Amino acid sequence: MPGPTRGFLGRRRERDPRLPPGQYDVGRDWPVLTAEPTPRIAPETWSITVDGRVENPTTWTWDEAHLLPRSEYRGDIHCVTTWSKFDTWFAGVSVDTLLEATRPTADAHFVVATSKTGYTTNLPLADVTGGKAWVVWEYDGGPLPVEHGGPVRLLVPHLYFWKSAKWVTRLTLLQRDQPGFWEQNGYHDRGDPWREQRYQGD
Amino acid sequence: MTEPGRRAPSGGWRTATVAGVRRPVPRGVELRLDVADRVEHLAGQHYVVRLTAEDSYTAQRSYSVASAPGDPLVELFVERLDEGEVSTYLADVVEPGDELDVRGPIGGWFAWDGARPALLVGGGTGIVPLVAMVRTARELGRTDLLRIAVSTRTLAELPYAGELLAAGALVATTREAHGLRTAGRLTAADLVPLCERGQTAYVCGSAGFAEAASQLLVGMGIPAADVRVERFGPSG
Repeated sequence: MPGPTRGFLGRRRERDPRLPPGQYDVGRDWPVLTAEPTPRIAPETWSITVDGRVENPTTWTWDEAHLLPRSEYRGDIHCVTTWSKFDTWFAGVSVDTLLEATRPTADAHFVVATSKTGYTTNLPLADVTGGKAWVVWEYDGGPLPVEHGGPVRLLVPHLYFWKSAKWVTRLTLLQRDQPGFWEQNGYHDRGDPWREQRYQGD
Repeated sequence: MTEPGRRAPSGGWRTATVAGVRRPVPRGVELRLDVADRVEHLAGQHYVVRLTAEDSYTAQRSYSVASAPGDPLVELFVERLDEGEVSTYLADVVEPGDELDVRGPIGGWFAWDGARPALLVGGGTGIVPLVAMVRTARELGRTDLLRIAVSTRTLAELPYAGELLAAGALVATTREAHGLRTAGRLTAADLVPLCERGQTAYVCGSAGFAEAASQLLVGMGIPAADVRVERFGPSG
């Protein structure tokens, strides 16, 4: 560890135990950080496809996805740019539900999420199964705002938020890991905020 | 955004010695850093600065680089936010000779290689990575590749204003008249003459500015895939 910075006291002496290292509580704000223009996607033109290493590749339309069992997340989210937001409330469908219907093959170990914009992010399959990941269209009881990925985004709240791909439209299961957009651009492959896996090499 | 990212340079933690501190505008500080064992950056990339208190408490924030790769020092421009834990320290306390933990360069998307035509659109301190691009173009003798439009509340609040104007930037001032312009935001009429085939657009500023400017460009017919956006969140 490096030594102290001359004259730096720091403000927030009482660390909320929900804050991972290097993060701060952004409060009521929800900053928007996207590397591309915000796309306008009508819900009726949106669909989610699960394909790749699965026995039964499937596409759900907006209406079909809403007939799946509703699942909610209530908790915290963490952005690599160092803000965290507590007590968020999202609703949609659990990724487990999508995978039950599509049946991953035994050699499926990773997933790449793809957005309508072409944005991609990669995750180990184990990070999106077991109640850890959702495809969501509601925030705080209302429609998910477009700047936050509406109509539908991926939600993987235990990892840095760039893994929660906005405007998600496809989950492709893979045998081998395949770095996504930010992962090819200097960011960490997994992105666990509790281990501060921000950049390549962390 | 479907284009696979070319691997941009990326560096780990380094010790930087503060070589120069200037306060060119009321709410900002320009830091010139001598970074030991530096990895050369591309214009548009950023650095992380980490501050450590006596009890090991740390706070870190990202700041865009304003200097060109050929500059022997790394120049960061930091906007001072009144509630900013890191920016108030950097703006008020740091002196030449101080050592800072820095990490960079970081980010491979909002980066210009100095070879392709680019349209630069910046709002407020969002112009900082664009200044690095202007300086890079000057270094390479390729200022012909750049078209520049920036927006600021007033000219006095715009860091690097002289340098941007000298580079031919169109400057929209939202709170005062400037030259022949009345006070007002950037419009499509401002940007259309700057658009050329084959350009990549680089838009940087607050979330509100970046959203408005990028929608303006897409509305003018620039493919969304050719618009690269860097949005500033509140990050004191």
